[in-house]
Amino acid sequence: MDSDANVAVPVEEAAEAHPAWRRVQLARHPKRPHSLDYIQRLVTDFQEIHGDRNFGDDPAIVAGLGQFEGRAVMWVAEQKGRDTKQKLYRNFGMPKPEGYRKALRAMQLAAKFGRPIITLLDTPGAYPGIDAEERGQAEAIARNLREMARLPVPVVVVCIGEGGSGGALALGVGNTVLMLENAVYSVISPESCASIIYRDSGKAEQAAAALRLAAEDLLSLGLIDGIVPEPPGGAQEDPAAAAEFLRGHLVLRLDELAGMSGDQLVNHRYAKFRKMGNFFA
Amino acid sequence: MAWFKRESGELDTSGEKKVRTEGLWVKCESCRQIIWKKDLEDNMNVCPKCDKHFRIDARTRLAQLLDDNQYETFDGNISSTDPLKFVDLMPYSSRLKQAQKDTGLKDAIINSQGKLLGRPVVASVMEYAFIGGSMGAVVGEAITRAVERAADTRMPLIIVSASGGARMMEGVISLMQLAKISAALARLDEAKVPFISLLTDPTTGGVTASFAMLGDLNIAEPGALIGFAGPRVIEQTIRQKLPEGFQRSEFLLKHGMLDAVVPRLEMKAYISTALKFFVD
Ligand SMILES: [Zn+2]
Repeated sequence: MDSDANVAVPVEEAAEAHPAWRRVQLARHPKRPHSLDYIQRLVTDFQEIHGDRNFGDDPAIVAGLGQFEGRAVMWVAEQKGRDTKQKLYRNFGMPKPEGYRKALRAMQLAAKFGRPIITLLDTPGAYPGIDAEERGQAEAIARNLREMARLPVPVVVVCIGEGGSGGALALGVGNTVLMLENAVYSVISPESCASIIYRDSGKAEQAAAALRLAAEDLLSLGLIDGIVPEPPGGAQEDPAAAAEFLRGHLVLRLDELAGMSGDQLVNHRYAKFRKMGNFFA
Repeated sequence: MAWFKRESGELDTSGEKKVRTEGLWVKCESCRQIIWKKDLEDNMNVCPKCDKHFRIDARTRLAQLLDDNQYETFDGNISSTDPLKFVDLMPYSSRLKQAQKDTGLKDAIINSQGKLLGRPVVASVMEYAFIGGSMGAVVGEAITRAVERAADTRMPLIIVSASGGARMMEGVISLMQLAKISAALARLDEAKVPFISLLTDPTTGGVTASFAMLGDLNIAEPGALIGFAGPRVIEQTIRQKLPEGFQRSEFLLKHGMLDAVVPRLEMKAYISTALKFFVD
């Protein structure tokens, strides 16, 4: 960042949390349904597939074959843990390169057999660690972005909780991208943003508002295609109802894409991302 | 500007000497030797004593890569709309104006078309001095257009990265540029037009995690910081000191992430030879 003035912009003390920050808290709620909670409710004959055929199997990403409302669908999802043991096992939902490579392997397998893909995004971000850097975290994410762009099958992406920057986008190049009502999607975590711009990670609430990371923000910026409603109070209040809302939207979106050829799907995806971002010319 | 920064434990120079030598000498931060500035420039801003590769701006880079410093620039007129009306310690719109004034560019990129040892190429070069070379909608659009121009004209593409990653002040719009450029690169890949990605100091974050790692060849200058997560973030996450040389070009080469580490003085010849293999 550049040098900055010593004078902070005055910010009014809010009586209660900013709506954007409430969203962040809901997106990270300890009882919020995680990917497997949805998969268990929505998918039959689920068979998880493991490993990147290269280095290992990353439990922060779950991939599997399954039947969904009369269709064979490949599921690829970021997975957080619930209790301490599970959190550690899932690495707090922060995938490593082998996770992204497993995801790509699964998606290309789906493409080979003409099966649509549904991905669920829920990560604080790709894992920032020595081993992840050694094995090419950046390369793994980059390759997924390029290869997802040319998958000749329908790809529907749903951000169900935390859409943590490149770590989420690495599974996020879809024909249709949805967010759950209380999910967030951001280029940087509010805490990291606050520590950079205010030199104070405690100002995450302000940063959350500035980043425009809520579902309505992304919809109004033209970055997502729709918002899936959650039960009153948030998905954690009634996970079964949340799953039913999601089911309905997924069926609708898969139907929209069902008639398109491989080339049409690739062109449709290209056109969608190509127009993201305005500028003065 | 002082002719070199005072560092603790070292002798400062006298004011008188400073005046006489202003701008003529630089201190190498790597070997700490004092270098005649002209010697440094004649050596492509590589320290003649220790081979430290100094950072250079986008125009200097283009002068080093393209024949006779002759090239046509394009897409230089597009500029940011400040889509989020982002304000941190100063409004993003003010930051943009300041960076535009300092660099003479509308944003952190120069798109160009010129010749490299006689071969027409498209070269898109990032400008680190413009808000840390960060990528928002303008950089994303410009690079995408460079990729599309390479695909349309079948001229080889060279992208020179120097960036801290996605531009926070444009939020998720910045993030989506990773996908936009990578999708364009999928088309270039299918068109079988060569793409050389040159990573320079520093290349981190979303730039590394998209186009910088997607070259037909990924090459880097010696000693460049290259990574996904910044070293400070990693240290905070794992709570231990990082090993010497971590995330430097040579580290990436050793771990299989780069095709080659190429000294600046050999860069033009290296790229030319590679393009000859791909195209002729
Ligand atoms: Zn030196």
